[in-house]
Amino acid sequence: MIRMIGIRLFDTIPTVLLVLTLVFVALRLLPGDPALVALGDYATPEQLNLFREQMGLNAPLWLQYITFTWNMITLDFGRSLISNVPVVDILARNLPYTIELTVVATGMGLLAGIPLGVMAAVYRNKAPDNGVRAFSLVGYAIPDFYLGAVLLIVFALNLGWFPISGGGHDFASRMHHIFLPAVTLAMVKSAFIGRLTRTSLLEVLGRDYVRTARAKGAREGRVIFRHGLRNALLPVTTGLGLSLLATLSGSVAIELVFNRPGIGSVLINAIAERDYPVIQAGVVVFAFFVVLINLLIDLAYIAIDPRIRVK
Amino acid sequence: MSRALLKVENLSVDFGPVSNPIRVLNDVSFSVGRGQAVGLVGESGSGKSITSLSILRLVPEPPGHIAAGRVEFDGCDLLKLPRNKMPEIRGRDIAMIFQEPMSSLNPVMAIGDQIGEAIKLHRALDSSRRRERVIELLKLVGMPDPVSRLGSYPHQFSGGMRQRVMIAMALACDPKLLIADEPTTALDVTIQAQVLELMKKIRSEVNSSILLISHDLGVIADICDRVVVMYAGRVVEDGDVKSIFRTPKHPYTQGLLQAVPRLADDRERLYQIAGSVPAAGSIKQGCPFFARCSLRQNRCQEQMPPMFQFGSEHSAACWVTAEEEVS
Repeated sequence: MIRMIGIRLFDTIPTVLLVLTLVFVALRLLPGDPALVALGDYATPEQLNLFREQMGLNAPLWLQYITFTWNMITLDFGRSLISNVPVVDILARNLPYTIELTVVATGMGLLAGIPLGVMAAVYRNKAPDNGVRAFSLVGYAIPDFYLGAVLLIVFALNLGWFPISGGGHDFASRMHHIFLPAVTLAMVKSAFIGRLTRTSLLEVLGRDYVRTARAKGAREGRVIFRHGLRNALLPVTTGLGLSLLATLSGSVAIELVFNRPGIGSVLINAIAERDYPVIQAGVVVFAFFVVLINLLIDLAYIAIDPRIRVK
Repeated sequence: MSRALLKVENLSVDFGPVSNPIRVLNDVSFSVGRGQAVGLVGESGSGKSITSLSILRLVPEPPGHIAAGRVEFDGCDLLKLPRNKMPEIRGRDIAMIFQEPMSSLNPVMAIGDQIGEAIKLHRALDSSRRRERVIELLKLVGMPDPVSRLGSYPHQFSGGMRQRVMIAMALACDPKLLIADEPTTALDVTIQAQVLELMKKIRSEVNSSILLISHDLGVIADICDRVVVMYAGRVVEDGDVKSIFRTPKHPYTQGLLQAVPRLADDRERLYQIAGSVPAAGSIKQGCPFFARCSLRQNRCQEQMPPMFQFGSEHSAACWVTAEEEVS
């Protein structure tokens, strides 16, 4: 198991390098001169040249590439052009909020989605199944930024049960702040996971080994949870990976709607202000997350399905 | 034969919508005595597997539906039992081995746990005693090096070994009745022979009654005391192995026996029964074998023959051979 994790970790190295290369190329291809953006239209050619020299923009491309890659790997993201604060500090301040939101929203989505899916599969074509189907349709159909705005207006603005903006400080206030944005993101997620669980479990419940479990004398609950669900979770795990990625990108909009700190809002602001080092770091961090999520999903597969474990 | 362990009486099973069901089992009756091994033979689609699943009430409902009949086991009608009582019977009193060893084991559960579960569900043993019992069962079914295989998963075994695991699981609680639904069909010929040897060994070492379902008459002749021949969802002949193999009374059984290849044969082609099994539910009247029968007469088309007695232990549903017997 430890070795497997090691192998998968090792496998991510080329992916990370590829991602860094793409970010590097994309930034060079962007129109506009970073020096001009940083110093403004009234900068003298000497100032511009000095800036380029400081930023290493006059160096040959291959050297820039190596420096860039090295800096990214060592988490040296430079300083913000706007506030002159080290980008690492900006990320360190905001990243926990995004991670927190993703984790809580995913947890809620799973806690609601899997039981809903099981219920729908067990009572197929009966009232609970139809109810879950209706819920899923609604969950899919409402855009999250709209749902977020509605929840904000009803529960924060009118009823005053939840704070309107911010991320909170101690644990209790953080959880208080996170509730509405997490529910917003969890809605689509539970709809998605619920449908996936239903389909997958229905398929598994028709398999021969489920009949074997019944023939052994296992009662329905045991048949469904012990023999059915574990086998049904494989496709759900794949779906969970997709849904985690969706949450990450969805958090950009949600952080904006709820005025929460987080990588999403940092990125949006940086783009508006053309703060290149921050954009660059934000994109790289998102890319790292995608790689990390894929890694975690792979490991989850290994934990669930013994057939994937290689000797 | 004293009181039978299992008595299936007039069992009828429908499939499809309640408004327009298709009858796949029609008036099936037979019994299995204590310590007896009974073979259930017939072509694919004759209703053998549905019969065995009906005994455990494992026919998927819907679309299946047990329409009529009794399944008396140890003096109690299983079909009248409340649904939530069935798990107590399954695996403890009646255990079942399925045809497809490749897909009948849970792929994400170690085999030791799967066999252990069969014990755990019915016996209060602590985990170390349970483990001992699992090892003992694996030894019984001829699993090499059982202790080290406890943690292995089904995909690490061959088909024959998986079937051994299935058999070990079925024997876990010393069931009174073991139903084996074509236990060797999905296996290679050499492995088939090994599993058959194992079934014979079990027959002599364990005192379970056996209901062996097969389309292979050789297998049945090897293991069983009695044979029940099914055709198109009906029992057409029922008797002890000797009289059925020596003097088959139903033309269908006669045809089946003729179709068995023999080493001493000098025939160029194997015998085959002309035509094919009618689609389930397509025969509304008369003998289901009518269209393929070489002895058919007019009345066969109109009236389903009852089971005629040919000696104390042998009966068959055929007008023609019954008449010959009388005259």
